[in-house]
Amino acid sequence: MTPARKRRLILVLGILAGVGIAGALALTAFKKNVMFFYDPSQVAAGQVPQGERFRLGGMVEKGSVQRTPGSLEVRFVVTDFQHDLPVKYDKVLPDLFREGQGVVAHGRLDQDGIFIADEVLAKHDEKYMPPEVAKSLKNKGQAYVPEGTSKPDALTPAQPAKSAPAGT
Amino acid sequence: MMLPELGHFALILALLLAALQAFFGIAGPQLGKDRWVAAVTPAVAGQFVMVATAIGCLIASFVNLDFSVRYIAENANSALPLGYRIAAVWGAHEGSLLLWIFLLACWTLAVAIGVAKLPKRFGARVLGVLGFVSFAFLLFTLATSNPFLRLDPAAPDGRDLNPLLQDPALAIHPPMLYTGYVGFAVAFAFAGAAMLEGKLDQTWARWTRPWTTTAWAFLSMGIALGSWWAYYELGWGGYWFWDPVENASFMPWLAGTALIHSLAVTDKRGLFKSWTLLLAILAFSLSLLGTFLVRSGVIVSVHSFAADPTRGIFILAFLVIIIGGALTLYAWRAPLLKSQAGFEFLSRESFLLFNNILLVIALAVVFGGTMAPLIADALHMPTLSVGTPYFNPSFTTPILPLLALVSLGIMSSFKRGRLGEHRRTLLVTLGISVVLALAVSFGVFGGPRILTPVGFTLAFWIVLTSLVDPIDRWRRKLSISRSIIGMTVAHLGLALFVIGITAVESYTNEHDIALAPGQTAKQGGYEFRFAKLEPAEGPNYSGVRAQFIVSRDGAPVFTLNPEKRQYWVQRSVQTEAGIGTHHGTNILIALGEDLGANKWSVRLQLRPLVNYVWVAAFVMALGGGIAASDRRYRIARSEASEAVSAGGVVEAK
Repeated sequence: MTPARKRRLILVLGILAGVGIAGALALTAFKKNVMFFYDPSQVAAGQVPQGERFRLGGMVEKGSVQRTPGSLEVRFVVTDFQHDLPVKYDKVLPDLFREGQGVVAHGRLDQDGIFIADEVLAKHDEKYMPPEVAKSLKNKGQAYVPEGTSKPDALTPAQPAKSAPAGT
Repeated sequence: MMLPELGHFALILALLLAALQAFFGIAGPQLGKDRWVAAVTPAVAGQFVMVATAIGCLIASFVNLDFSVRYIAENANSALPLGYRIAAVWGAHEGSLLLWIFLLACWTLAVAIGVAKLPKRFGARVLGVLGFVSFAFLLFTLATSNPFLRLDPAAPDGRDLNPLLQDPALAIHPPMLYTGYVGFAVAFAFAGAAMLEGKLDQTWARWTRPWTTTAWAFLSMGIALGSWWAYYELGWGGYWFWDPVENASFMPWLAGTALIHSLAVTDKRGLFKSWTLLLAILAFSLSLLGTFLVRSGVIVSVHSFAADPTRGIFILAFLVIIIGGALTLYAWRAPLLKSQAGFEFLSRESFLLFNNILLVIALAVVFGGTMAPLIADALHMPTLSVGTPYFNPSFTTPILPLLALVSLGIMSSFKRGRLGEHRRTLLVTLGISVVLALAVSFGVFGGPRILTPVGFTLAFWIVLTSLVDPIDRWRRKLSISRSIIGMTVAHLGLALFVIGITAVESYTNEHDIALAPGQTAKQGGYEFRFAKLEPAEGPNYSGVRAQFIVSRDGAPVFTLNPEKRQYWVQRSVQTEAGIGTHHGTNILIALGEDLGANKWSVRLQLRPLVNYVWVAAFVMALGGGIAASDRRYRIARSEASEAVSAGGVVEAK
């Protein structure tokens, strides 16, 4: 083998080794950190492996949000209209979090079957459902129509009046 | 008012002109019909006028608040201030596409002026490919996403622009980002023209470089603006979330970064030709993917509000035709473009090759993480999601060696396979960097995490090695070209970026607490006094404003006023964080909600040097701009024709 060829061989082998290592590391990180989505029915059926961190999705049940006054701790119930799951969270809730709306939370189940959330997401606007939640509800025959949703054909007069603030 | 109809009509004419531009530009040179070739530039000009008319009509209709147009009724409101009425044009899918088309028309016009001095047939091919892209976008817009559709009966008032988008940084973020995305269409078109021609030489790379670098600079600024906006507007606290939408803009940037480095080798040494072509195709393909992923509603995100699955098939066909077509052309033509020369192991060529490999690995890591949930969903596998815990380690792995390569690459030379006298300089600068990094980690910040000194060392090393050559030239009173100044500035920007990220990732301090007016919280050496809470009023919202007095060691630093706004029309609640910077540390206070018992939830965050991350992106962009303006890219007519005869092009026919 000529020296030039030998160098090229080393180069190619080096590149392959580098790509291989990077690929292996990425796959390991992927396997370790990928999070699966479960709805309350799947949780109730015991489909979540013990101690696994997962994404929980569903609707925030109306009237279920409870606070200890003056404390960050908040409890609410996530439902898919067949099963319910109590959730505990102790950080600032996102702006779009509301009762009767879709929600996705990251966290783990504790021994008492309460979902301890470390992150609550509501990165969608209020007319829009997280697709995974929409899919889960659709599978259960619950076509959910969020309040205030209307087709653009039926645009209702908006209310620029200050007497009708948000949060209703 | 007939403005929407006028705009719609102009868009249809633009479609026809784009078709002519594509046909004459691609078929003309192929069949050797010079009269067809001559028709390309007028088609470009005509298309530009038509597209400008269309977007002008949409802007005017927004300003006039014509609620008989569905798109306007959905994205504006009578209470919306004038500036945001204009920004609302690209506030959703339809208008963003029109903006895309308009920016493409601008780039195409600039290219038409730029290629006027190049060989006519080559220029026509470039414009033809751009015409084809424009045609596809116009067709898609007219068929599925027409912003001019009327609403009957007209709405009395509109639904308003998403409050999250009512922000100065976000008003200019999409145009910047799209200017970058669309700019890669130019690199793609140059690649397409070279493949159609079956010829690619060093002159080609020199013609292509300034366009690519300019596009890359715009994309850098666009991404930085988006990141900055997410930081202060979303109030999630952080400059990067590995959100699919962010990744969608980051992937073309990574491919574009690889491309500008690969182009440098093709320009200087005539190597990596096929690879450069492939990267040009890749960068633009990822731009297309980014555009569609973000606005089509495939991805769950704050950006992709209007989900419409019917567009999916069209988008898929679109991607397959453009990307598949380019790759087929590549497979057919690339064997013609064999590089003649070889290169040495320790030469700059080989360091740039490693640079490209590592960038592509990093790109693959991001691509895999972004697409995995979509692929799993398409295959009816369990719904999964991938987040920061995957991206951070997987992305850092190829990036750390890449950063070390920057210094090695700068200190190496083209052709020569020996570092020679530079070996000593490299070791000395590395030694200084290590000492500095340890000093900063322990002295300034006090107590590092594992990667902290590594990040600082690599950044300082880049700074020192970047400055060696310019300082040497300056001392010897040699001229320094803009290419070198630009490269140096961009690399210094990269170093600044690494310093910022290292500091933020190592020393961020964030907590959520419950606080009542009058109370004080302590965090990270600062005291935060919740002074008062008062009502706040805006043109289209109302809410509350808190006053926080931030002090250090008893001395007041500044007052921050985070707000909680309720936008009337969309009935959505919006957090406006209070942000200030003290001694390089960015302090962010976000107001949560009323917890009862007079207390509010409050998010307090201290992020040292996070501002460097955004400033660095602009420094990199500035470097790109300086490099692109180098005199050697200005084409003299005689030189261009000389290049053709020297290259020995045999035109078809």
